[in-house]
Parts: sequence; structure tokens; C-alpha cells
Amino acid sequence: MSFVEVRNVSHSFGSENVLNQIQLSVEKGKIFGLLGPSGAGKTTLVNMMIGILTPNRGEIYIDSKKVPSFDVIDMTGYMAQSDALYQELTARENLEFIGSIYGLKSSDLKKRINAVMETVNLIDHLDKPVEKYSGGMKRRLSLATALLHEPKLLILDEPTVGIDPVLRKEIWDEFRNLQRNGITIIVTTHVMDEAEKCDELGLLRDGVLMAQGSPSELKEEYQSDSIEDVFLSVGGVK
Amino acid sequence: MRVFAIVKRIARQMKRDRRSLALMMIAPLFVLTLIWLVVDGDDYEPKIVYDNLPDPIVESLEEHTGELTTGSEEEAVQLMQDGEYDAYLSIDDQAPHILLEGSEPSINSAVMRAVQDSLKSFDSSSQLNEHVVEYLYGSAELNLFDRIGPVLIGFFVFFFVFILGGISFLRERTHGTLEKLLSTPIRRWELVSGYVLGFGFFTIIQSLFIVTFAIYVLDMYMVGLFWELLLVTILLAMTALSLATLLSTFAKNEFQIMQFIPIVIIPQVFFAGLFNLETLDQWIQVISKFMPLTYGAEALQQMMIRGAHIQDVWFEILVLLCFAFVFFVLNIRVLRGHRTL
Ligand SMILES: Nc1ncnc2c1ncn2[C@@H]1O[C@H](COP(=O)(O)OP(=O)(O)OP(=O)(O)O)[C@@H](O)[C@H]1O
Ligand SMILES: [Mg+2]
Repeated sequence: MSFVEVRNVSHSFGSENVLNQIQLSVEKGKIFGLLGPSGAGKTTLVNMMIGILTPNRGEIYIDSKKVPSFDVIDMTGYMAQSDALYQELTARENLEFIGSIYGLKSSDLKKRINAVMETVNLIDHLDKPVEKYSGGMKRRLSLATALLHEPKLLILDEPTVGIDPVLRKEIWDEFRNLQRNGITIIVTTHVMDEAEKCDELGLLRDGVLMAQGSPSELKEEYQSDSIEDVFLSVGGVK
Repeated sequence: MRVFAIVKRIARQMKRDRRSLALMMIAPLFVLTLIWLVVDGDDYEPKIVYDNLPDPIVESLEEHTGELTTGSEEEAVQLMQDGEYDAYLSIDDQAPHILLEGSEPSINSAVMRAVQDSLKSFDSSSQLNEHVVEYLYGSAELNLFDRIGPVLIGFFVFFFVFILGGISFLRERTHGTLEKLLSTPIRRWELVSGYVLGFGFFTIIQSLFIVTFAIYVLDMYMVGLFWELLLVTILLAMTALSLATLLSTFAKNEFQIMQFIPIVIIPQVFFAGLFNLETLDQWIQVISKFMPLTYGAEALQQMMIRGAHIQDVWFEILVLLCFAFVFFVLNIRVLRGHRTL
């Protein structure tokens, strides 16, 4: 059994069919990219993985445990598409809050806060209220809250939106770092050059998983030079 | 421990949001003072024009009126039209005749009281002694402000906690932090408890402010025990808070929280003891039985005016506890919509 297994998941909001019979699996220690245009159902799918949305049909297993499960939640770090931060509080206070929810001891917590803020390059802004942060800074702080409790699985919904190329590269280097420590990462994106950096890709369109495989496999299969072309051809545009 | 993390966070947020804190602490005192100024005035002394009255009555009238003058009926009518006098009194055919200006009910009754008192002292044919009035509860000084005071205290506690708690929980939902929280190992009951305790801390301070101010500054009538009163207001605040977080589920934004005020809050003030309901239709009395404020206000009134203790109002306290408990459980249930675990 793979680390993450999505089995036959379908979901609809009212009469709108948002996900259709999704089957996918992610191996431990891989960076898995969920690629798809706006409205494809990426957020819906990752919310199901973390357990804050229950699919109408099908089930999801993570580390052999059926979602939702507190065991899974304990080992997962989640970064939502919108920055879920307390605006009045400083970055440190936001992190202290999330850290104590995960039950980190205060001495550990201090070290972890410094470490994750170092990672996202915000260590100089630790005591600034979040409402004074720029959009990209908030994005990075959200990422920091997901990394705080050293999760084994990271689920990141468009983590690099609004972040400049230099910092984006640094963040991807950090993902590689985490991966070397055996951490599995699931990211959603609609940026093609980011897709190329993933170990595995799932192409999602209108709630249907069109293809799954490594970037090179996909390019070979569809005889294209870039993921962008793969995407266009599976979409039937070519 | 996670409950405590939420409590701490709410405290920090409140500390930053000085305006909301002021709204919660100062605004009730301000409004209470306004009501006190309006309601707690001295009794109105009517201004009366008289004609053709025996001297003893005039003497007695002088004691009971603000202004007293003699004049003909025509002159009196003119004075009343100009708004300077309130009534005209004369005796025609052995019967007192009163012409009232009539546009203000409270002045009408003030005139009638003054006239009756004067005529009574004149009619000394009955040689009974001055009657003795004693009060089982309250005193002769008990006025409207003292009577509605307990209801007002209950109302302010309820109102401001409802608004702040409702909006705060709504923000948690609309800003995505609720989802973030539910992606962490926090249990649903811990989240709700954290909210109740976090705001509970501030409602204790708020209750302390309001009760202290009402009793020691505005001199509201109070024969009960201070701490027992505080216990009831805090319980009422908890009920308001858990109702607010529950109803915030059905609101999409702050404005929709405000829409609950005329539906949920205002009827409670009207039906929970501000007016005497005993003369009203049965169905209104039945409705009032479903409102938390009814029980809170009743308990407060019993304590402040009749000196009741906790054990005397155990029923009201029990009902409030039930309300709070039911709302609390419903809150936890509603969160299942976000995470079934
Ligand atoms: N709570 C909801 N109620 C109703 N419809 C919803 C809800 N959430 C999402 N949808 C619908 O489901 C579809 C998929 O939405 P989703 O947010 O998963 O897309 P996405 O792939 O994450 O898009 P984006 O890249 O823009 O974030 C959309 O058509 C959206 O309108
Ligand atoms: Mg999305």
C-alpha cells in the first residue's frame, strides 16, 4: 500500500460534480504535484486528504489509516490556499498558538519557531503583527505554520503564489531538504515550471484525473517537450 | 492544554483590539448611565390653574404642585394651549372639576395624584388615623430604575457578549483559521470550550464592571449578595456566548450577525421583564419561557430587590445552565459539518 491512497473519490457540491472517481497514490518520500487549472478541484481534493471535507463517495488512506484520523492529522502539516493567520497577532504569537495546539513544549517551541522562520526567511519580522505583512510574507508565514511541528506529510495548497522567483527557488530547495529527511510532500499548483520539479504529477481537469506519472514519463507518453504541452494534449486542445 | 492555548490567543487578540474591549467594558456603563439619567428623575410636580377652591385645598395643593395660580377657565385654557400649565381645577356643584392638558400620560397621572392627595386631606370627615404603609420587599424609594435595573444589567451582559462572541467566531470561519484549526489535532469540544473560557474571562470582568457601577455609582437598589449576583451574570454571559457562536454558523458576514439583534436580542428585552407580562396574552408569556434572558433577569430581580439567594433562584439558574449546555453541545455538533472527527 502506498503512503497516500485516494480510492475512487467522487464529490459534488449540490448538483455540481466537482470530483469524479479520483484514483491516485503517492509513495513515501516523494514530492507529488497536483496540477490543474483554476476550478479543477485541487483544493477540494487536498481538503479531503487532511480530513476537513468528507467525500460523498470513496475513501482516502494515509499511512494505512483511513482519513479522517487523529493519527494522520498529528503527522500532517497543512497550508491552506488562503492565509489562515490571526491578523492582530504577531508572527511569533501565531506560531506559538499553532505550536501549543500541536502540544510542543515551550523550549522546543522556541527552537522550532526560529528554525521555521529561518527557513521562510522571515526571522527579522518575527515580532511584527501579521496585518503589517505583505501578501508574500503572509504566504511564507502560512508555510512556516505548516512546518512547525515537523510533520511527516506536508499538504500545501499553492504554497508559492505571490512569492518571487528567488525565494521560490529557496523554498523548493527546502522542499528537497525535507524530502531527504523522508518527508512526503503534496503540493497543488498551476505553475508549469514548478510542476517540472515534482517527482510525480497528477493532472486534474474538471474534477477528472487525466494522467499520473513523473514529468519525464508524462512527456514521453504524450510526446511533448514540456508539461505545458502535455497538459494541452490531455485536455484535447492540440 | 489546547483549551488553554485558545484562551490565551483570545486574550491576546482582545488586548490588541482596544476598541472592542472598550465596547464590552465601557459601553454598557455609558448606556446604563443614560437610562439612569432619563428614568431616575424626581417625581414630576404638575403645574395647576385653580378657580373657586376652599383655602384648605389650596394650601394642600401648594405642597403637591410645582406651580399654582388662580384664574378663570378661559385663562387656564389659554395657558394650557401655550404649554405653560398642565391642568385646571375648580369645584362646580360640590364636585371637583378637572380639565387636563392631556397630551402626556405621565403628567396626567401626576396631576390626578396631586389633586387626589389634596382633596383627601381636605375631606377629614373620616377621622381614621393616617394609614401605615410597610414594605415586604423594596422600599418607598424604589423607583422605575430600580425595578428595571436588574433586567438592564442582564440585557447588557447578554447583548455585548453576543455581539463580540458572534463576530469573533464568525471571523474564525471567514478568515479560514477555523479550517486551519480543524487541520490540527484539536478536538471540537476543545475548540468550543476554549472560546467559552476565553471570552468567559472577559465576561467576568465585564460583569464586575457593570454590577459594581450600577450598585455603587448609580445607586441601584440592591439587597442581595454581590458575588451571587455576579454568578448569575456570568452564567447569563456564557449562555449568550454559546448562543452567539452557534448562530454565527448561519451568518456569512458581520452584517448578518447584526441581523440577529432584532430577531434574537430585542424580543428578549421586551419579554424578559422590562414590562409586566402578567396582563398580556398567554402566548407571549409562553414565548418568554423560551428565552434565556427571562430567567437571568428574573433571578437578578429576585436577588437585587427581594434579597434572594442562590438556593432561592435555583430553578432559574438550572434553566440557564441547561440553555448553556444545550448550546454548547449544538456548537460541537455544528462543527461536524467541517470535520466529522
Ligand atoms: N464550498 C463550496 N461550495 C460549492 N462549490 C464549491 C465549494 N468549494 C469549491 N466549489 C466548487 O468546486 C470546484 C472546484 O473548486 P476548487 O476550490 O477545488 O478548485 P481549485 O482547483 O482549487 O481551483 P483554484 O486553482 O482556483 O484554487 C469549483 O467549481 C468551485 O466552484
Ligand atoms: Mg484551490
